[in-house]
Amino acid sequence: MNIIVCIKQVPETTEVKINPETNTLIREGVKAIINPFDMYAIEESVRLKERFGGKITVITMGPPQADAALKEAISLGADEGILLCDRAFAGSDTWATSYTLSGAIKLIKDFDLIICGKQASDGDTAQVGPGISAHLDIPQVTYVKKIEEVKDKTMRVERMMEEGYEIIETPLPAVLTVVKEINEPRLPSLKGMMRAKSAKITVWTQKELNLDPQNIGLCGSPTQVVKIFTPVQRSGGQIISGEAPEIAEKLASLLKDAIN
Amino acid sequence: MDYLLTEEQKMVRDLARKIAEEKIRPVAAKYDQSEEYPWEVIKVIAEAGLFGLFIPEEYGGMANSVMNLCLATEELSRACGGIAVCYAASALGTFPIVLFGNEEQKRKYLPDLASGKKVAAFAVTEPEAGSDASAIKTTAKKEGDYYVLNGLKHFITNGGDAETYVVIAMTDKTKGARGASAFIVEKGMPGFTFGKKEDKFGIRASSTRELIFTDCKVPKANLIVKEGMGFIATMRTFDMSRPGVAAQALGIAQGALDLAVKYAKERQQFGKSISSFQGIQWMIADMATEIEAARGLVYSTARMVDAGISGVSKESAMAKMYASDVAMKVSVDALQIFGGYGYMRDYPIEKYVRDAKITQIYEGTNQIQRNIIALQVIKEAAK
Repeated sequence: MNIIVCIKQVPETTEVKINPETNTLIREGVKAIINPFDMYAIEESVRLKERFGGKITVITMGPPQADAALKEAISLGADEGILLCDRAFAGSDTWATSYTLSGAIKLIKDFDLIICGKQASDGDTAQVGPGISAHLDIPQVTYVKKIEEVKDKTMRVERMMEEGYEIIETPLPAVLTVVKEINEPRLPSLKGMMRAKSAKITVWTQKELNLDPQNIGLCGSPTQVVKIFTPVQRSGGQIISGEAPEIAEKLASLLKDAIN
Repeated sequence: MDYLLTEEQKMVRDLARKIAEEKIRPVAAKYDQSEEYPWEVIKVIAEAGLFGLFIPEEYGGMANSVMNLCLATEELSRACGGIAVCYAASALGTFPIVLFGNEEQKRKYLPDLASGKKVAAFAVTEPEAGSDASAIKTTAKKEGDYYVLNGLKHFITNGGDAETYVVIAMTDKTKGARGASAFIVEKGMPGFTFGKKEDKFGIRASSTRELIFTDCKVPKANLIVKEGMGFIATMRTFDMSRPGVAAQALGIAQGALDLAVKYAKERQQFGKSISSFQGIQWMIADMATEIEAARGLVYSTARMVDAGISGVSKESAMAKMYASDVAMKVSVDALQIFGGYGYMRDYPIEKYVRDAKITQIYEGTNQIQRNIIALQVIKEAAK
């Protein structure tokens, strides 16, 4: 089973600081890591490889230093890393990103499954996985929490819902996005780390991918970030005490005042 | 301080640190209380490949060197000295096979120890043979294709949980130390059972147990080298493993200092952080300096061993003695910085004091180390 895992390098912090003037994330001084949700995608691909054999190719789009994320993926058990790196890709939104990734996947050709983390911890959009499936015109199952059964041309998975879960059978190839309930990612091994150190990361630019210039980078991105800000922390609220009718009356009057 | 580590050594250190922080620190208190063998962590260490660090590549090991073993042990010990010793004791039990085993023995036993599928133990100590290893009473009598072992070993780290044991027994009592031989004994061999499991002051995550041999039949193919080599095998093994114990002590000391500094910065008294008081600062300065001195000694010794320099008994003894004395002092001082809170089990620091103590005692008490050092220094002066 040949698997492609799409990952993203993100800043290691849940409290990303924002430059209010440029509306971009301040990355200086923050360590870059593999998006935590993508770690589950990598682990699941390694588990599938352990069961069925095959090859794991990890792809990321990003600046040259994103090759560290691909090397880490190799240390965790992936076979190969491909970095999509070109000035022309800069400023991509989720649409352009998934278009670019799908362009690389078309170039790889031979694959049975694509796995992504459910979303990136910096952007939180959860759109790139589904976007890839749309661009490639193959099925997608999002929020997968368990791979139940793998057959030659199909796969049965459990998809997490707010209450309970769905069991879905999908033909292959397909795109899965996975949630953290699916597995517990392993730590790298010494062997893997040594392999990663000597691994050569393939770099593809627009030249190799030959994508429609109108669909990549900033100009290929239909969405634009107009404003980005840290929300003001809400204050503690107010506790109204007393007998029920009394409380209701007080509450009604407070709400009335708030509306006016 | 830059320790001029190679890329490979940095990799080992970083990997061990990751395991320590993510997989050991969260469970250290649990195993300290329950005294259960930490199999879940051993599995993680095994999967990471760290059990291969003391075994040559041709037998399934990787990056085999005493320096790498020391770096790994130090990092694991920073989070828990008890869990780290389960790992280091397997190295101790493996060294006699690596150093003196024949090809057949190496092929049979080392791959499973390298993968961490099995752990090893080294059994020398007996109730009446501690520092005086020549007082061993366990006997091995040759009968046909077997040696028949009878006797009792105690205080054996990894006892009961290890699958592979190297046991020192007397094949000829009349020859004293020269009558001792080393045998590879497998768990489950007829006549090999386990006795009392010790309830310990520290390193409680590790198992320490009695081994009982009652007409235990060990195939003669499991004799290491030849009869009479037991004492030499033991001494050479300790030369290799003492830097590891020193590294364990070093890790405990560093772990205690890390906690003390963090606490000193957070703890407010008289309206400011206690780390702003000179009394605390001087303690921290002494602790940090002593740790660096110990680290210098440990790393230099490990590098000597790896360079194949013969006769490292003195340096090994110095590293073990000094690092363990530092671990004891630093952990006690670290607890002092925690004040009353440090004395409570709700805080992690008292465990470091308990874990540190054993490093001054096992693999040769620090008094025995001083004997070794003095003897060597005087001998060198006579040349």
